[in-house]
Amino acid sequence: MIYDVVILGGGPAGLAAAVEAKNGGAENVLILERDRELGGILNQCIHNGFGLHTFNEELTGPEYAERYIQKVKDLNIPYMLDTMVLDMHDNGDLKAIHVINEENGYMIIEAKAVILTMGCRERTSGAIGIPGYRPSGVFTAGTAQRFINMEGFMPGKEVVILGSGDIGLIMARRMTLEGAHVQAVCELMPYSNGLVRNIVQCLDDYDIPLKLSHTITFIHGKDRLEGVTVAKVDEKLKVIPGTEEYIPCDTLLLSVGLIPENEITRNAGVVMDNRTNGAIVGELRQTSMPGVFACGNVVHVHDLVDFVSEEAVLAGKGAAKFIKGELDNEITFTTTNGDGIGYVVPQQVAMKNVEDKVTFYMRVRQVFKDKVVNAYIGDQLIATKKEKKLLPAEMVNFKIAKDILAQYPAGEIRFVVEEAK
Amino acid sequence: MYDIAIIGAGIAGSYIARELTRYKLDIVLLDGENDVGNQITMANSAIVHAGFDAPASKLKGKFNAPGNIMYEKVCEDLDVPFKRCGSLVVAHNEYEMATIQELYQNGLKNGVPGLQILFKDEVHAMEPNLNEDICGALYAPTAGIVSPFELCIHAAENAVDNGVTLKMNHMVSDIKNHHGYFEIITNAGNVEAKYVINAAGLFADNIYAMVGEPYFKLLARKGHYFIFDKEAGSLVNSVIFPCPSKKGKGILVAPTVHGNLLIGPDAEPVSYKGDIATTGERLDYIKENALKNCPDLPFNKIIRSYAGLRNTPVRDTYTTTDGDFIIEESPVRGFINVAGYESPGLTSIPAVAHHVVENIVKPMIPHLEENPDYNPKVRKHLRFDEMTEEEKVEIIKEDPKYGKVICRCETITEGEIIDVIHRSAGARSVKAVKKRTRAGMGRCQGGFCSPRVVEILARELNVPLDDVMYDQQDSAYILSGHTKSVKEEA
Repeated sequence: MIYDVVILGGGPAGLAAAVEAKNGGAENVLILERDRELGGILNQCIHNGFGLHTFNEELTGPEYAERYIQKVKDLNIPYMLDTMVLDMHDNGDLKAIHVINEENGYMIIEAKAVILTMGCRERTSGAIGIPGYRPSGVFTAGTAQRFINMEGFMPGKEVVILGSGDIGLIMARRMTLEGAHVQAVCELMPYSNGLVRNIVQCLDDYDIPLKLSHTITFIHGKDRLEGVTVAKVDEKLKVIPGTEEYIPCDTLLLSVGLIPENEITRNAGVVMDNRTNGAIVGELRQTSMPGVFACGNVVHVHDLVDFVSEEAVLAGKGAAKFIKGELDNEITFTTTNGDGIGYVVPQQVAMKNVEDKVTFYMRVRQVFKDKVVNAYIGDQLIATKKEKKLLPAEMVNFKIAKDILAQYPAGEIRFVVEEAK
Repeated sequence: MYDIAIIGAGIAGSYIARELTRYKLDIVLLDGENDVGNQITMANSAIVHAGFDAPASKLKGKFNAPGNIMYEKVCEDLDVPFKRCGSLVVAHNEYEMATIQELYQNGLKNGVPGLQILFKDEVHAMEPNLNEDICGALYAPTAGIVSPFELCIHAAENAVDNGVTLKMNHMVSDIKNHHGYFEIITNAGNVEAKYVINAAGLFADNIYAMVGEPYFKLLARKGHYFIFDKEAGSLVNSVIFPCPSKKGKGILVAPTVHGNLLIGPDAEPVSYKGDIATTGERLDYIKENALKNCPDLPFNKIIRSYAGLRNTPVRDTYTTTDGDFIIEESPVRGFINVAGYESPGLTSIPAVAHHVVENIVKPMIPHLEENPDYNPKVRKHLRFDEMTEEEKVEIIKEDPKYGKVICRCETITEGEIIDVIHRSAGARSVKAVKKRTRAGMGRCQGGFCSPRVVEILARELNVPLDDVMYDQQDSAYILSGHTKSVKEEA
């Protein structure tokens, strides 16, 4: 059978994209999921706080996933679990997806359109190269979360956390509730990389100190972790000699960033953006390879699942339009990140596909107070987004109406952080 | 009573054990670690050297080139990844070119085949990503790259398949010489053997001191390494050595046989033989020096840094470094030392093992009979990721567990993990699974697969989840027990 749309990943992005593609007119939609169940990483996020934007209520991760899983079931969208995609080839009109699972063996699945929703993975201790020994007891926060919430086992009792990403903050609270002692969360930067609400609810409420401008300079313990040396860093992020402090602990959790998982994307030859580590995408999340779409954390790392779902709707819509031959591929605008902005998604806009507005997602490079984000085409200021505080941890969500964009024939939309006027 | 006890299941001990099974002998292979090949064999440059640098007068010079030539056959029999990718010693100036001339001449003496001195253009045509100021190089086409721990593991496995008794977690604390046989005292019971082969790596001097008057000492020298993501694996095609100085071979840049890129090592003397801690200063030193030959190294693609130790022998007076292998029957009758076994020990091992068995053991034991059941080959180690599409189709039909991917980064299936647990000298820890299958060696460093690997080990070994160790028995635990929620439910 040739599928209209095949979705690589049954996490929040994949589920929402599948629903939208089906609703948009794609008849044969298939979800491929490598894990044992649909829902992706949401399944291990048993805390609440999900869905405030989408459903106006606070759900746990599994509850949020369940809403979409139910929609998938109601629409009779088939899915395969424990199924790994090995690679994807572009055979012109059809994409060939090579997959394996225990039940069906090696399969080649053909699809008119593909939506990439593989999510992201955590940066590791290897990537940041902390000096010292390499004992057991050093985990990424997400791995520890899986052990505790999915397997029911504790990774340790005396804990230090490096990095103040959201998973690290959530895990500080989780481990405390499970009876472990979290001694500190160390953050290299002078600001946290997590959401403000998580700092309050996960650290402050449990008297867990957040040590800003601190890093770990040595891992002690040959077999199992025995302690870490923590030190303060200066503005250039260099360790200040004399500030070292030994903290005995049996567990070190790392929450030092997330990286989109794009092995399949790269191998297939899709053009990538080295700012996001994801594919370059358009307003409906179309990639450089016709018929291949991407959304969610595989495109850029989001901080709220609500925005993942929002983006997935665009990709689902795009894939449905594509198979009906309604997707326009004439690029009107490209986008770029100016001063203070790290990246912008989408990187391209084809105006004929735009309904009423385009939402541009971006992240600032540092903390800004009382500044604005301005969008320019050439020298022309076309839109302004005001925020009391701009934080690298919180994605900026910049909507520009179609009417405004339509005043310009083409060009480059440049986003910059500037003084408020 | 065993005929021969081998102390140390690193590359030397494991390979010699395998070589000894050509004869009818009752052999025991002892190690204090929880897995074979867990110290020096685990953390080194993984290079099969051509053999042009060690002087012909030394054992290193004598065994390197012959060992190198044996690698195709050895790696075929033992089913170990090996690639003869060649090596370049690069020169930045006339002075270094002179050194390269000397190496070339020495290589000829050692019988290294195919050596060539390349001009600037030839070097850059072969390796376009090298520093432009490199003006020439010594090319050695026979140099190669191998997976040292897989070679050791499969040598141990093959030894066990051919009748060797393998005793892991047997830490030797003393040896009694009963003149006629030795009694080896370990934390897990005593072992008696008529002959002993001391292949205890860094600790071979301590082991020898248990039976004889010390006549050599081993100095630990630490070397730091970085491993890069496979995306950077094709930056160089061959092993790139800087021009050697008195300090050693210098910081090399090399592809690994699994497609990653490796840089390192430095050589820092350390007093504690367990000091494998990396330091920020030394890691920076590696980066700076590797850049001299390879200016485009993408440091944001590093997936792992670590340090390994080597054991440099110092003979007799303890002051002058002789620096050669110690491979001989010691002054204590029946006690053989294979010590000071540092680079090019990995390369030399097929030739050294042959020498130990044929020229040292055989003359010691009269009427040694050949083992008619000796089989040099291990059972094929199926590596899913390296199979053709047709082979993949077939293997999943045969065993559906090969259809379940556990390690996403390296595409390692459950079938492979189960296989390495149940092979001879099988995996007992997460690290042992990692060494054998590469599950956890990819860019996520086990983030996704380690919970699954723990689960599979627990199931296959029939132990609770929190009894599964990362590495050493008892001490390198991964999980500290059930969560409160689970305990309350129970």
